[in-house]
Amino acid sequence: MRLTRRTSATVAGAALVGIALAACSGGSDDDNGGGGDAGGGGEVEVFTWWAAGSEKAGLDALVGVFNEQHPDTEFVNGAVAGGAGSAAKDLLQTRLQAQDPPDTFQAHAGAELQDYIDAAQIEDVSDLYDEFGLTDAFPADLMDRLTSEDGAIYSIPSNIHRANVVWANTQVLEDNGIDPNAEYADLDAWMADLDTLQDAGVTPLSVATTWTQVNLLETVLIADLGPEAYSGLWDGSTDWNGAEVTSALEDFEKLMSYTNTDRDGLDWPEATQMVIDGTAAYNVMGDWAVAAFEEQNKELGTDFVAFPVPGTDGVFDFLADSFTLPVGAPHPDGAKAWLETVGSLDGQVAFNKAKGSIPARTDAEPGDFSEYQQTAMESFTSDTIVSSLAHGAAAPVATLNAISDATSKFTTGASDLATYQSELATAAQG
Amino acid sequence: MSRDRDLPTGKYLTMLKSLRRAGPPLLMLAPSLILVGVFVYGLIGANFQTSVTDNHTAAQATGREPSLLVWFQNYTDLLGTEAFQHSLTNLVLYTVVFLAGTMIMGFAWAWMLDKPIKGEGIFRSIYLFPMAVSFVASGVVWRWLLNSNQGENASGLNRLFQIVGLDFLQNNWWNNVTFGIIAISIPAIWQLSGYVMALFLAGFRGIPEELREAARMDGASEWKLYRHVLFPQLSPIALSALIIIGHMSLKAFDLIMSISKPANYQTKVPAVDMYVFKSSFDYANAAAVGSILLIIVALVIVPYLIRTNRQEKR
Repeated sequence: MRLTRRTSATVAGAALVGIALAACSGGSDDDNGGGGDAGGGGEVEVFTWWAAGSEKAGLDALVGVFNEQHPDTEFVNGAVAGGAGSAAKDLLQTRLQAQDPPDTFQAHAGAELQDYIDAAQIEDVSDLYDEFGLTDAFPADLMDRLTSEDGAIYSIPSNIHRANVVWANTQVLEDNGIDPNAEYADLDAWMADLDTLQDAGVTPLSVATTWTQVNLLETVLIADLGPEAYSGLWDGSTDWNGAEVTSALEDFEKLMSYTNTDRDGLDWPEATQMVIDGTAAYNVMGDWAVAAFEEQNKELGTDFVAFPVPGTDGVFDFLADSFTLPVGAPHPDGAKAWLETVGSLDGQVAFNKAKGSIPARTDAEPGDFSEYQQTAMESFTSDTIVSSLAHGAAAPVATLNAISDATSKFTTGASDLATYQSELATAAQG
Repeated sequence: MSRDRDLPTGKYLTMLKSLRRAGPPLLMLAPSLILVGVFVYGLIGANFQTSVTDNHTAAQATGREPSLLVWFQNYTDLLGTEAFQHSLTNLVLYTVVFLAGTMIMGFAWAWMLDKPIKGEGIFRSIYLFPMAVSFVASGVVWRWLLNSNQGENASGLNRLFQIVGLDFLQNNWWNNVTFGIIAISIPAIWQLSGYVMALFLAGFRGIPEELREAARMDGASEWKLYRHVLFPQLSPIALSALIIIGHMSLKAFDLIMSISKPANYQTKVPAVDMYVFKSSFDYANAAAVGSILLIIVALVIVPYLIRTNRQEKR
């Protein structure tokens, strides 16, 4: 193509016009937010990443209860599939930025909400807790974790998962002379058995890509620091540069040395599958993993065992999915109806029976649930509850991303322990 | 309004005439000019505008808290961090290997197919087909092939090496901290060598047979024929291929994302950093990485555009 002087002038002119237009539009995005036709209530768009498997089954069950409780409100499914929620989060970020929020969206409860709170994108729902009578239905520890720094609560949890669980293949353990029902007092005792497995040529511990390594890291921190000092890492009362953290990181380094070398290319189902297939002995993963065992007809107690990460017995490393009320939701009444169902006993029982997690409410009847869920429900009511880092309960997204980067750098061997510790300290400061 | 009528008639007429001549083409071009202006250049401007602010949090992104103009601080901060330097090094490694690989393979295949052989069409299709596969789809397969397990648990290429008795070739592929990114350029080379081959083949076919005959008549050896007759005529093709592959390589994202994961340190490149910044609500740094990428790509493309423009004028 030949460019004459005139056409290039035109192109340049058009470019300038474009820049000017963009500059003009920059200032005007806050004008037409908010508002919306209140009192609509005819429908509710529920934005989730529950589009497949047990998650979809859970959502369907919850919708069933919703239709019974609120027959006049139409449920509109806004589920977005892909990337374990990352596709949905990307789209949500865009929609909130464009002042086009869904009526309610799924988010991890806890610190992950902080960005939305700071950006004034979600409403305080504390008064809904009173209206629906939820304050006493949830354990006090959980209420503490849900309450943000300003004393308000911004979401209603639908389900609870536990992140500090070890899954083990009984066959592999017995073949190598290890008692599957052994109880380990701390990580050192566990690592003695990991050594045995290592010497026998079995992969002792399976792990997957960075976020599962962060999941492992947080359980090691809980085990070595104890629940109180671990929680202190997130409010500044525990020093990240302290000697206790150093020894925890040493344990983490040692544990990583027992893991499979192809970890960075795997995601959690593949790592858990290694335990199911018997190519690895142990896997540390949240309790959604139980669904993978059950789908393949493995029996808890005979084919596999599950126990809290050694040193974290009596601690429940929690994460929760929860629902919010976005600022400027087009159908706030519909959203409130949805939140009522989410918090209700019927809704929580139906949803969690199908999804495999446990209700946030303590008044559900354990008999309705599976064997593993029953043990988790029991721990949830009696254990100390701490917030999971890898799943957004303990720290905001930016902190988590910085910690993930530092962890990946460390586990691939690009940084030493001292550097890692100082990078973690910087990351936690935000 | 009335001043228009006062214009001298002659000048008025010439204006009208030139408007009549330039008007319709301008009208025809207007939609695309406006669209490109807004959605390409306008957005580049908006991106740059974001990159010179301290818009690092969600609250600032929505305008709830003010963001200040910090000029080029984001750029200097970014370029000063070890992590971003690692990404840039990775990008350079990836691009160099990707370019060299596709050019060598593509040229070799084109050279072989240029000889009159049977079944040329079949070979051509075989080599060109990988390009039809999306990076995401081939990335999933290559993630299995490039599994980093060695010894007993090996799979993929490492297993293949064991089977054929080349155990010493086993390595941890993209999980090597320093050179891991080169492993990811293998699938990229596999996918685009065929395209470079097609370009070169067209180049070979474009050279009239008479030139070769003339050279042979003058007693040129086969090497001299290539060196002095064919290569000079292929250089514009080689340059186009370099530019096309080069800018694809600089923007590499999908292949890396589907083989590795965004958080994996060993395979970070600027495009992945941009994605991670964006998901942390750090719009200023994401925009700054975007601008840096744009500048790098422009460094490659602009000289090429100038060169072509000059050649066409000649």
